[in-house]
Amino acid sequence: MFQDRYPLAFKLYPYERSADQDQDAVVRHPVVVMGGGPVGLGIALDLGRQGVPVVVLDDHEGIGMGSRAICFAKRTLEIADRYGCGDVMVDKGVVWNIGKVFHDDRQVFEFNLLPEEGHKNPAFINLQQPYFERFLFEQIQEEIKKGAPIDVRGKNRVEAVETFDDHVALTVLTPDGTYRLEADWLIGCDGASSPLRGMMGLEFDGRVFQDSFLIADIRMKAEYPTERWFWFEPHFKSGASALLHKQPDDVWRIDFQIGWDVDRKEEMKEENIRKRLDAMLGEKIEYDMVWSSIYTFQCKRMEEFRHGRVIFAGDSAHQVSPFGARGANSGMQDVDNLGWKLGLVVNGKAPESLIDSYSEERIYGADENIRNSTRATDFITPKSKVSHQFRNAVLDLSQDYEFARPLVNSGRLSMPCTYDGLSLNGADVLNGPARTRVGSPCPDAPMNDGFLLDHLGDAFILLGLNQDVPEILDVDGIPIKGMRIDTSSAAHELLRARYLGSEHSGVYLIRPDQHIAARWETYDQAQTVHALRKACGKD
Amino acid sequence: MGELITKANIADADQFYEDLIEAHADLSEDESQALNSRLILILANHVGDMHVLAQALHAARAKAR
Ligand SMILES: Cc1cc2nc3c(=O)[nH]c(=O)nc-3n(C[C@H](O)[C@H](O)[C@H](O)COP(=O)(O)OP(=O)(O)OC[C@H]3O[C@@H](n4cnc5c(N)ncnc54)[C@H](O)[C@@H]3O)c2cc1C
Repeated sequence: MFQDRYPLAFKLYPYERSADQDQDAVVRHPVVVMGGGPVGLGIALDLGRQGVPVVVLDDHEGIGMGSRAICFAKRTLEIADRYGCGDVMVDKGVVWNIGKVFHDDRQVFEFNLLPEEGHKNPAFINLQQPYFERFLFEQIQEEIKKGAPIDVRGKNRVEAVETFDDHVALTVLTPDGTYRLEADWLIGCDGASSPLRGMMGLEFDGRVFQDSFLIADIRMKAEYPTERWFWFEPHFKSGASALLHKQPDDVWRIDFQIGWDVDRKEEMKEENIRKRLDAMLGEKIEYDMVWSSIYTFQCKRMEEFRHGRVIFAGDSAHQVSPFGARGANSGMQDVDNLGWKLGLVVNGKAPESLIDSYSEERIYGADENIRNSTRATDFITPKSKVSHQFRNAVLDLSQDYEFARPLVNSGRLSMPCTYDGLSLNGADVLNGPARTRVGSPCPDAPMNDGFLLDHLGDAFILLGLNQDVPEILDVDGIPIKGMRIDTSSAAHELLRARYLGSEHSGVYLIRPDQHIAARWETYDQAQTVHALRKACGKD
Repeated sequence: MGELITKANIADADQFYEDLIEAHADLSEDESQALNSRLILILANHVGDMHVLAQALHAARAKAR
C-alpha cells in the first residue's frame, strides 16, 4: 500500500498512470527531478521554460501541510519574477520593514530595514511556504499550456537508484506498483533527510544545535502591527527566546525556543502550546491554531553537490538553521544557478564539466549561509556561560548605545552571494562599483520602461552602458543578446550609480541567472567571446 | 591599519588600576562578569580596527592555558 508521510495543504497533482509504466522497454528521460518541494518545482520550471524535457517525481500528490518557510527574500522574488510568478507572490505576501528587539520586559531597540529605493521587489515578504510552492506549480501549468515539456507525477516514490557513467536507473513505487525509469541526469531535491543521499551512501555529519523550537501558526484578528518582534529571555517565560511575525490571512508565526531535553509529545499537546501562547499574548486574546510543530536543526552540507550524473539541490545538499531564512531562499539560488547550466549541457552546447561549476558556486553560497546562520544561532542560543554573558551585555548596551546594535543578531537577512574569484568569472576591468563586480547578482534599477531585471535573464546579455554592442552575437550556438542603455536620462540615474559609479561607459556580460560574468569599459568582440566561453566552462 | 600598542600608554597606571577594581565594588561574581563583558565591548568598539582587535585577542589568548 502507498502511504502518505504527511497531510496535504493543497492537492495539486493527483496520481495518474503514466505511459512509461506500460512500456516494455525502460524509458530514458534527459532530466528527472526527485522531489517536488520548492526546489524541485523551481528547477522543473527553469528547465521546462528552456524546452528541456523534465519529469518530477514526488511521493505525495501536492504540497505538505505546515508552513515551514515564511520569509522570502528579494533575490528569490527576482528569480520567481524571471519565471513569471513573482507578482502573485508579492501580491499575496506581507511586506514588512520594522523589527523590534526585546530583552526580558523591555524593548532594547527598533530597526527599519529601509529597503534601498529603485528595486522592483521588496527586501522581503512573509508568505506561507505552501503558497510559495503553489504559485510555482501554477506557473508550471501555465508553461505547460505554452508547450513546456514538464511532467509532474504525484505518488511516485523513488525507492532505489543505480548510477552509471552516463545515466541513472530508478525504481519508482506508485499505487499501481513499481516501474523503472532512466535519466541522463537525476536532480535530488528530496529535502533535508534525502533518501537519495542514503541510497548513494552519501550521508554526512554536521553541527547539531542542542535546542528545540516550538512553532505555532495561529489565526487571530489582533492589533499587532506588521513588524517582526523578537524577544531574548522574555518576561512571559514561554521560551528562552520568542518570535512573532505576520503572515497573510491573519496568520501569525510564533516561535519559542524550548530547550533540548523536552518531552515532544507533552509539548505538542494543544493545551500546553496554548499555555505558552496565553502567557505571551495575554489571556484575553482569542486565536485558532493553524499548525504547530517542534523542530531542531543542523548546519551542514555535502562535500560535493555533483556525483556523476546525480546533482543535489536545496535541503538535500545543505541545511541551515532557520534564523536568517536561508533554506528555501538558498535553494532557489541553487535552481537559478543550475537551470541554465544543465540546459546548455543537455542541449550539447556546453561540456559536462559546466555542472562542476554549479557545485563550486553553490558550495561557496552554502558556506556563506551556514556561516551566517550559525552566527545567528550562537547569538540566540548561547552555548557557554561566557557566550551568554557577552550576548546579554550586547543587549544591555544596545538599549543606550547605538554601537552595540549591529552586534545583536536575531537572524541576518538572506542575501545572495557574490561568486568572488570562482572558475567561471571573466575579466573585471571596469573601475566600477564593488557591488556590480564580476560574480555579483545584478542589482535592480529603475528604467524609463520598468526595471532593469525585467530585461535580463533567461539568456546571456551584453549590456552596453553608453556603448554600442551588437544586437546579437552567436558563440558556438549560444546567443548573446545585446542591449544598449544610455545613462544620461534622469530616469537612469540609479542604474548609472549602480553600474558605472564614476566611469563614463561600461559593458557587462550577464549570465542567464543574472550574475555578472565579466565587465569592461568598452566593447571588444574577442574579449566578449572569450568571457562567454569561460562562463560556459569551455576554457 | 594600526598596530596594537604594547608599550605603556596609560598616564596614571596606578589610578586606572584602582578605578578598574573600584568599578567592581560590591558586585556579585556574575555582575562583575557582566560588567567585564560590557567593558570589553565598549573598548572594542572604541578601538574599531579589526587588525588591532585580532592582535589584542591573540595576546590575551596566548596567556590562557
Ligand atoms: C520551521 C522552519 C522555518 C523555516 N523558515 C524558512 C524561511 O523563513 N525562509 C526560508 O527560505 N527557508 C525556511 N525554512 C527552510 C525551508 O522550509 C526549506 O529549506 C525548503 O523547504 C527546502 O526545499 P526543498 O525543495 O529542498 O525540500 P523539501 O521542501 O523538503 O521538499 C522535498 C520533497 O521531496 C519529496 N520526497 C522525499 N522523498 C522522496 C522520494 N523518495 N521520492 C519522491 N519524492 C520524495 C518530499 O515529499 C518533498 O515534497 C524553514 C524550515 C523550517 C523547518
